[in-house]
Amino acid sequence: MKRTLITCVIAVVLFTAVFGLVYPLLFTGVSQVVFPGASNGSKIMRDGKLVGSKLIAQDFKRNPRYFQPRPSQTGYSPSTTFFSNLGPNSTDASAEVRKNIAAYLRMERRYDPGLTAAAIPADAVTQSASGVDPDISKSNAAIQAHRVAAVRHLPMATVNKLIAEHTDGRFLGIFGEPGVNVLELNLALDGQGR
Amino acid sequence: MAQGWLQIAIFLLVVVALTPPLGIYMARVYRNESVFLTPVMAPVERLTYRAIGVDPSREQDWKSYARTLIVFSGLFFLALYLILRTQSIQPFNPAGFNSAPWDVSFNTASSFVTNTNWQYYGGETTLSDFSQMAGLTVQNFVSAAVGMAVVAALIRGIVNRTSKSLGNFWQDVTRTLFYILLPLSIVVAVLLVAGGVLQTIGHDVTAKTVEGADQLLAVGPVASQIAIKQLGTNGGGFFNVNSAMPFENASAFTNFIEVLSIILIPAALTYTFGRMVGRQRQGWAIFAAMLALFLVLVIVIVPAEQHGTVAQHAAGLHNGGNLEGKEVRNGIAQSGLWTVTTTTTSNGSVNSALDSYTGLGGMVPMAALGTSEVIFGGVGTGLYSMLVFVLLAVFIGGLMVGRTPEYLGKKIEAREIKLASLAALFTPLAILVTTALAIATKFGRASIFAKGPQGFSETLYAYLSQANNNGSAFAGYTGFVQPNAPGNGGSFGITFADLLGGGTMVAARFIPIILVLAIAGALAGKKVAPVGPGTMRTDNPTFVVLLVGVVVLVGALTFFPALLLGPIVQSLSTQLF
Repeated sequence: MKRTLITCVIAVVLFTAVFGLVYPLLFTGVSQVVFPGASNGSKIMRDGKLVGSKLIAQDFKRNPRYFQPRPSQTGYSPSTTFFSNLGPNSTDASAEVRKNIAAYLRMERRYDPGLTAAAIPADAVTQSASGVDPDISKSNAAIQAHRVAAVRHLPMATVNKLIAEHTDGRFLGIFGEPGVNVLELNLALDGQGR
Repeated sequence: MAQGWLQIAIFLLVVVALTPPLGIYMARVYRNESVFLTPVMAPVERLTYRAIGVDPSREQDWKSYARTLIVFSGLFFLALYLILRTQSIQPFNPAGFNSAPWDVSFNTASSFVTNTNWQYYGGETTLSDFSQMAGLTVQNFVSAAVGMAVVAALIRGIVNRTSKSLGNFWQDVTRTLFYILLPLSIVVAVLLVAGGVLQTIGHDVTAKTVEGADQLLAVGPVASQIAIKQLGTNGGGFFNVNSAMPFENASAFTNFIEVLSIILIPAALTYTFGRMVGRQRQGWAIFAAMLALFLVLVIVIVPAEQHGTVAQHAAGLHNGGNLEGKEVRNGIAQSGLWTVTTTTTSNGSVNSALDSYTGLGGMVPMAALGTSEVIFGGVGTGLYSMLVFVLLAVFIGGLMVGRTPEYLGKKIEAREIKLASLAALFTPLAILVTTALAIATKFGRASIFAKGPQGFSETLYAYLSQANNNGSAFAGYTGFVQPNAPGNGGSFGITFADLLGGGTMVAARFIPIILVLAIAGALAGKKVAPVGPGTMRTDNPTFVVLLVGVVVLVGALTFFPALLLGPIVQSLSTQLF
């Protein structure tokens, strides 16, 4: 028994060193060299300043010049993430969706008069899982395009082209769903005027 | 919808295709044969035996094997508990997190040593990089290796005709770690980093957003941990929202790699089993039973989520299904597929918020947990738990046709059936008792977040998940309180949940393990009867149906009344709470 105990103590120390320190630290070093962009969080720089990450949605504060990301329960925080945990039969969930639909209509209907509540895609009025979902659906982007084109005095064709350029397709054309990256799209729009 | 089914069908084809090659490889590892990694890993392996001072050729009977396993895991529990309690004085703590409270540390240590990875803390707001690496990443490897060692021992017990030996614990664990888990983790981690998953060490960085706000981007050694969290069916995320967080699961590509990694080893182990017992069809029969149950769950969950929730319909939203708590890049098909994969395999990582699933959609992971994690199941645990059900099915089948039950030529006698029944019933019993305690006491109810039947579902799910060593959650359950956040100084209700959950995880992990090793011990050394015309076959469709029936019957009889109170009420009612 004493022998087993000693063996186990050594094993705990050894495995902790190998799998807890050597493996992650060595791997960090290698990834930093081989994939410097991705391993550091796909950061986006503008004018030499860090403006965010391709992977993380940010709050565009209902500024009509920009495409708006999905509603977030965390205020788009990537450092304190949590789920909304609104259940299927929850009164709060229903009120939340109703409020989001009203806000979406208020913002978009001026520029897209035909828009009805029934036509709003689910991603536009429900909270994402991470709170920082970087994407919106193509149909959500198509609705918001009316507003962005009008406010920026851009032809629809230009906006639609930018949307298409910043849409990530399915993996191998099969897995997942296409999504429009809101931050990249908005930065590209800002780049248009220059 | 058609696109959704296509993704799922192709995913399953990939799983079927990878099962034989990985299965053969693992069989060679457990038979101590040489593999292509031997030139690299053999010196490491020898060095490990030398360092810890063991002779890998010393054969162990079931008692010796179990004793070593328990002491080994117990010491790791202690080490992890101490790391969490002394976090504030350790290195790699750029954010200066405090040490975790005793109750959360107890729960977390229990959780990671038992391969559960239930999380009563938010990773990025509670744990330092040191705790994540030296505490948790280690456990992701070691607890997975322990599970796989047990199934290797059980298979040897089934095969061994001449002695009581089940192999050597140290050899099984060491070879699992260095020949299977580490190489696969490196491959998966590389793919994940290439796909955009974080892998850095250092301070969080602040971005100035387009609208001029500060956005703190948490960073850390994520990919290396996520690779083993998926491969080892662990499931504990670096971030609180687990693989929904883009830094942890960046794209449709990383999502595919991660969900594949979850099911890869459990599926391949069925082939390893067939190879080691020398009858490949036996392995496929078990695989078929698992796949059949898996398909049923997937076929229910995807349309259920596509339908949307009662709350959304009441608000006038009917377009695009239930995306509350789901990410656009994953969509409904990949969220549903992930949820079924993670809850059938004892993994427990999530890429969507289970608490926000529809009533029927949320019942699917509960049903998966209710089958005691035998549908592919955890690495090792899934197969040994399924083999327990196989023995029960053989026994029931034997009674029906009036034959002495046999499995692979070995007589299944009273001792084996007693042990198998105990092993099959212990976890369900633990779930019902702990759920009852948590619902009936005010300490337990303090953890509930949702109103109405969803509150019951959250509680039932918490103990289903912890007792099955899964780790996924209806995360409203105590999930709204962070250990280091104001409002939780180890408050009474939370302490109760920490202790009851921790105790459940430990008991429901190690008691079945001991019982399974005892079964292996009972089978080892038994003579093998030749196959005759009266032998009941265990590798044909009839047996697969019988096995599925036994699994469903035990699960359904145990949990149907409990499911009535939660998800079934929610599915049938349009009332809001």
